[in-house]
Amino acid sequence: MPIENQLAEHRAYLLRFARLQLRNEAWAEDAVSEVFLAALAKPQSFANRSQLKTWLVGILKHKVVDILRQRSREVHLDEDGSGDGGEELDALVFKADGHFASQPADWGDPEQELRSRQFFAVLEACVEKLPAAQGRVFLMREWLELSCEDICKELGLTSTNLYVQLHRARLRLRECLDLNWFGRPATT
Amino acid sequence: MFLRRTCKEVAALLIAREDRELPLSERLALRLHLVACDACPKFARQMLTLRHAMGQWRHYAGPDDSPE
Repeated sequence: MPIENQLAEHRAYLLRFARLQLRNEAWAEDAVSEVFLAALAKPQSFANRSQLKTWLVGILKHKVVDILRQRSREVHLDEDGSGDGGEELDALVFKADGHFASQPADWGDPEQELRSRQFFAVLEACVEKLPAAQGRVFLMREWLELSCEDICKELGLTSTNLYVQLHRARLRLRECLDLNWFGRPATT
Repeated sequence: MFLRRTCKEVAALLIAREDRELPLSERLALRLHLVACDACPKFARQMLTLRHAMGQWRHYAGPDDSPE
């Protein structure tokens, strides 16, 4: 199969993660285009489809970090944390005296479910619902696997600010999954 | 008491330890609270499940995607 066709096969997949991480359609398109340029400039032979995909995802992660760095000013313009509903979320989860408003549910031991496509779809929908700034830093941790130190450096954030963003993102994600996955009526 | 934490504070510590190492005093306060509290160990298990879930997702999201 010509390389163009092979790349086309992976386009939708790469775009999905670029969008999720960058939260900007044009940047995501740019990132994937750059990945394809890199692939065409340095055609290598890949033993199979999955090897090419692995290589493409690796390049995509690098391109995405480049874009986040270049756009860091725009990336954290909306990032002072006010007006992102953080206080409302706290009030939903905790009472004024610091106790849980309701007992955290038993999520069981969902070993198998955590590997299902359905679960990943819900998880990605929940990540997508995070405020953009929170979603970006959360995925920089969880998808790009950057250290907090590196994220602060790339985006020019203080560690205090980053920890607040990550705290809210994780608490919100827990709420979203509790509501849309773990707390859903049992299906067979 | 200097080691006493509310559930809200403990939940914040359980979230924070996903991203940074907690100081010894906070780790101690966390342990003390967890043995005495009903709700927080459940929250702690949820956070572990989340960590596990993100690990599975990362795998699913490549680059170490399983062969197709």
